[in-house]
Amino acid sequence: MRRELRSVAGLEQVGPYTLLRLAAGGLDPGVPGQFFMLEAPGRLLPRPLSLCLAMAGELGFLIDPVGPGTRALCGLGTGDRIHVLGPLGNGFRLDVERPLLVGGGIGIAPFPYLSRCLAARRGAVPPALLGFRSAWHAEAAALVPKAEACLEPTYVTELLPPGHHDVLACGPEPMLRAVAEIAPEAQLAWEAPMACGYGACYGCAVELGGELRRLCVDGPVLGDAARRGATRLEAAA
Amino acid sequence: MMLLNASGCLDALAAPDVARTLDAFVTKTITPLPRGGNLPVRIAETEAGMLNSIGLANPGRERFLAEHLPRLRALGVPLWVSVGGFAATEYAETCAALGDAGGVTAVELNLSCPNVDDGPDGAAEIVAACRSATRLPLYAKLSPSAWDVAAAARAVEAAGADGLSLVNTLRGLSLDERTLRPRLAAGTGGYSGPALKPVALAAVWACRRATRLPIVGMGGVGSGLDALELLAAGASAVALGTVLFADPDAPDRIRAELRQEAVARGFEEPLQARDTAHETPPALSSAEATVQQKVLQSRIKLTA
Repeated sequence: MRRELRSVAGLEQVGPYTLLRLAAGGLDPGVPGQFFMLEAPGRLLPRPLSLCLAMAGELGFLIDPVGPGTRALCGLGTGDRIHVLGPLGNGFRLDVERPLLVGGGIGIAPFPYLSRCLAARRGAVPPALLGFRSAWHAEAAALVPKAEACLEPTYVTELLPPGHHDVLACGPEPMLRAVAEIAPEAQLAWEAPMACGYGACYGCAVELGGELRRLCVDGPVLGDAARRGATRLEAAA
Repeated sequence: MMLLNASGCLDALAAPDVARTLDAFVTKTITPLPRGGNLPVRIAETEAGMLNSIGLANPGRERFLAEHLPRLRALGVPLWVSVGGFAATEYAETCAALGDAGGVTAVELNLSCPNVDDGPDGAAEIVAACRSATRLPLYAKLSPSAWDVAAAARAVEAAGADGLSLVNTLRGLSLDERTLRPRLAAGTGGYSGPALKPVALAAVWACRRATRLPIVGMGGVGSGLDALELLAAGASAVALGTVLFADPDAPDRIRAELRQEAVARGFEEPLQARDTAHETPPALSSAEATVQQKVLQSRIKLTA
């Protein structure tokens, strides 16, 4: 398990978010929903970020500058170099028949790459329902093909179409809880603070099957155990 | 010079390639009964370190012995098992079971976890109970927040400890800057990382003068120079903690840096720098030499 030093190929503003593009070098983009630990300059710990885009020779990460680590990442300049570890964890299963992507806010980050992988596999771009806090935040919907966006106070769960869909979801915890109520078989990508990303720190524990287990090695995408995870999150709130 | 991980800072089964870069792997603390640990949020980065409140999550003694130990032995890395409990008898029972199970190089007695509410029996009492339960080398892991860590070291030495692990984390609190509420669900947590280094150096320095026990130094090591400083303060081995979270390659990097830093100061090898921080170097006792020899022999046996 080795970190690689990668240089910044560029940064773009997408609404309030920053798309950080790194030269991929020998890094494998992995499965959509997997994540990378990115060194945050000046901070003790790296930050876990799911891959947003795998372009020619580049890996893209969509970042919401909400804390000192993500702000440091958004403050990088072209040519700066940072350590990267990954891909890590378990991503989305792509063997689905009627995929529907459901995302909220910065939770849409893995969807551009996910959508492209599903389209390549199935020959059709999957539909996506995306919810945002404001029109400014919703500028990120442009990154996801075939996306329908809604703004608060409307929630994506109100737009879920009737009939069976294979839901692949990523977003804030209340959204994931609501999705799990409507679509119990949904694949949900959870988020938790992580120090290491490779099973060492036990910081990212969630409850799975009655046990607290590590999201980094057992997730971050969880399938039918998602509702147990939802119970845990309520207990911790 | 032996390089280990600090207990709870690496899972050798999740990252065997990282464990194999260490001279010995130290397990997460094992308690008699399984513990799920504390509810999330469990970690928080601070300006000069990080807090954790994992809460001794572990599979419990029986499952560890039946499922984890055989897989850990198969890695071919010398194995130190960290033992915890809430009474001296609990520690002693686990030590006895580990001795019977085989394949364990040493036991580290966690006498100082800051993340559990129930304080254990006195450190010396626990060490004495374990001493009568096993012949495995016993390392006592002490808290740097003891009023007099050197006195605690003397007490565990008298009770039969073979070595010291210094230091565990310090209890700390971090508040959410917006809500002014604790960021960790458990409230407080163990503080580790760069801020802990001077605390670790002070504890190692004091205990080196107070006892003849070999010391595994740990706390805020992020570079070879940090490791060299712990040796200079009196440690004879060094363990890596928080740095492993950010850098799984840290063992190889720090070992190489340590060699360079030692050579740059005129030492042929890092251990020659031991005790440099002491004006009058503490003597190496024959008991200490015996213990080091015992640990080395069991390493050779295990890797053979």
